[in-house]
Amino acid sequence: MSSKIRNIDFDFVKHRNKFFMISLALIVLGGLVLAIFGLNLGIDFSSGSRVDITSEQKLTTEEVSSELDSLGYQPESITLAGGGDMAVAAFKDELEKEEISELKDHFTELYGAEPNVSTVSPDVAVDLAKNAFIAVAIASLGIIIYVAIRFEWLQGLAAIVALFHDAFFIIAVFSLLQIEVNITFIAAVLTIVGYSINDTIVTFDRIRENMKFEKKIKDFEDIARVVNKSLVQTLARSINTVLTVVFAAAALTIFGGEAIRPFAIALLIGLVAGTYSSLFIASQIWAVWKGKQLKKKKFTTTPNEA
Amino acid sequence: MVKKGRIVAFFLIVLLLGGLIGSTVLGVTKDIKLGLDLQGGFEVLYEVKPAEEGQELSKDLLNSTVSALYKRINVLGVSEPRITIEGEDRIRVQLAGVKDQNQARELLSTQAELTFRTVEDEEKMSGADLKEGAAKVVFQDNQPVVQVALKDPQQFAEITGEIMQKPFPDNRLVIWLDYQEGDSYKEEAQKPADEQKFISDPSVREVLSQNTVIISGPPFTIEEAENLKELLNAGSLPVKLDEIYSTSVGAQFGEKSLDKTVTAGFIGIGLIFLFMLFYYRFPGMIAVITLSAYIYLILVVFNWMGAVLTLPGIAALILGVGMAVDANIITYERIKEEIRSGKSIMSSFKAGGRRSFTTIFDANITTLIAAGVLFAYGTSSVKGFAVMLITSIIVSFLTAVWGSRILLGLWVKSRALNKKPGLFGVKESEIDEL
Repeated sequence: MSSKIRNIDFDFVKHRNKFFMISLALIVLGGLVLAIFGLNLGIDFSSGSRVDITSEQKLTTEEVSSELDSLGYQPESITLAGGGDMAVAAFKDELEKEEISELKDHFTELYGAEPNVSTVSPDVAVDLAKNAFIAVAIASLGIIIYVAIRFEWLQGLAAIVALFHDAFFIIAVFSLLQIEVNITFIAAVLTIVGYSINDTIVTFDRIRENMKFEKKIKDFEDIARVVNKSLVQTLARSINTVLTVVFAAAALTIFGGEAIRPFAIALLIGLVAGTYSSLFIASQIWAVWKGKQLKKKKFTTTPNEA
Repeated sequence: MVKKGRIVAFFLIVLLLGGLIGSTVLGVTKDIKLGLDLQGGFEVLYEVKPAEEGQELSKDLLNSTVSALYKRINVLGVSEPRITIEGEDRIRVQLAGVKDQNQARELLSTQAELTFRTVEDEEKMSGADLKEGAAKVVFQDNQPVVQVALKDPQQFAEITGEIMQKPFPDNRLVIWLDYQEGDSYKEEAQKPADEQKFISDPSVREVLSQNTVIISGPPFTIEEAENLKELLNAGSLPVKLDEIYSTSVGAQFGEKSLDKTVTAGFIGIGLIFLFMLFYYRFPGMIAVITLSAYIYLILVVFNWMGAVLTLPGIAALILGVGMAVDANIITYERIKEEIRSGKSIMSSFKAGGRRSFTTIFDANITTLIAAGVLFAYGTSSVKGFAVMLITSIIVSFLTAVWGSRILLGLWVKSRALNKKPGLFGVKESEIDEL
């Protein structure tokens, strides 16, 4: 397997426009999906209602669920609290006055205690999402600065493009599959951001190393050759690493609990997207930019030399 | 010639490590504190309101409110409170595994501003006139009462002197906890004893010039007396806290779900181990050892930091495992490349290690920078994620880079692996002739 990978005859750079088109098409599609379907916001992100149902005897989620079902209500989630004699049913929409009184009557009669209905504000989760976004934006600046020092700033920029590419991809998939977006979704996106950076930097590191071996880098062709060589050399690592993390994410998706599944699926998709962007997008973008930079330099330095 | 000493050293290290992990891992995992989402508990979100008109909600004010809240939570015996300031005027308190939620709510939001008033509700003395941290529970006629110490006995003498002169039944000193504008002693006094908002209203028959005052009730239970004492000692809150919402939560992810997740995690790690063994052969075995050490160490460090494991934390842990595996893969791929170029195992190990180091270093530092920024600018779960990620990166760097190098180095330098590229997953036919 490894010898096949080593001698792979694939031009990653030559086909760059195809990859760019694929990504662009996916991004446009994702944007459309987002615009049409929107995100399936969980109770964390939408103002909703929460009903605390208390009872003398022990409650089970199944029991509460079937009671609510008989009234025609579909709660977002039911969690047990207070040692099992209380159940919290969360609704994504704010309940109407009549609905509240219906619920109260039903459960008061059933369990002898009036349930407590309260409104949940999405402010906190929305603040958290905003905060996460701003933090990632600032982190991106930090990454560009570090990469500019250790590598070159164009690579930093390309890495950030890949990062946002991957993050957007997960968000679009969540919209498409209508998987519920809750606070753990933020954790999943952050994880992919971390993975994406790590993955891209490893490829850039090989490019940096191979650039040193090159005697002269004159034009885009030279850059393309180096990038291609570097991608082929790191291919085994790229595939093996994503395979191992995909094992972990897939195990979580298949064997993990119901509640963790959206999170695991987000990871799974994000990991594949992260590897895709490192292999087919980040280095190619950099190659194009670097080529332009060389061209510019040539034009500006030639007259001085003459 | 094989140097057996190094191989013996390798087995000793592995045995020691295995013994350490085997004998302590149960204790370590038992000590892990689970967050609200994994264990369930109680969460309150407060909106902070100025305690007095014109008081500005500064960052300092919020911070001192939070530290007062921390002191109060200690009273509850909850070991892992999470209090976060959110936005300009919000404080979120999360208590995992609280049993008596009403007690917790009362204890948290009570401003604990003690005032001494006349029956006309005129304030004569406040908490500011009490010695700090000097409240205690004492027994009077076998009844628990709370004793507070005064800064200035003279002041108290003057007040009692004034009140004493009033005709019965107005010669009372009314002690309030969190008197609110509009509260009236005369109205409250009409109510049954257990609904009265003031704490007590002893009648004053003489000038009292002692430096302690006893707050005797309504008859306190020992618990109530203790709570009041702790509240007074923890200090009053500088602000008013309005509850936006409070939720008692069962584990969001449920007990069963957590068990399943842990099992799934083990299956995932098992698959990774199998892959590493199959694909990288001998170094793969080293990776299995160092990855086990990584997982163990991360749990130990996590306990040691007293951190709470939440789902975002688990996400960061998974990313950490990924990066640790990646570090191993990068190194071994590099060594394989060197072997294929025709170098000896020894020099391949050295060159591969050296070259992969900068790769891993830069990739880790870049992710570390991102994690650092998330830590600095993030709030609540974003911060929690960042803490776990920073820890994971550091530990994974130590185990996957240094650990792997030392363990593999012992074998390589023993020369037992010489001329055995198959152990590294390299076929003889792949090796270039020099």
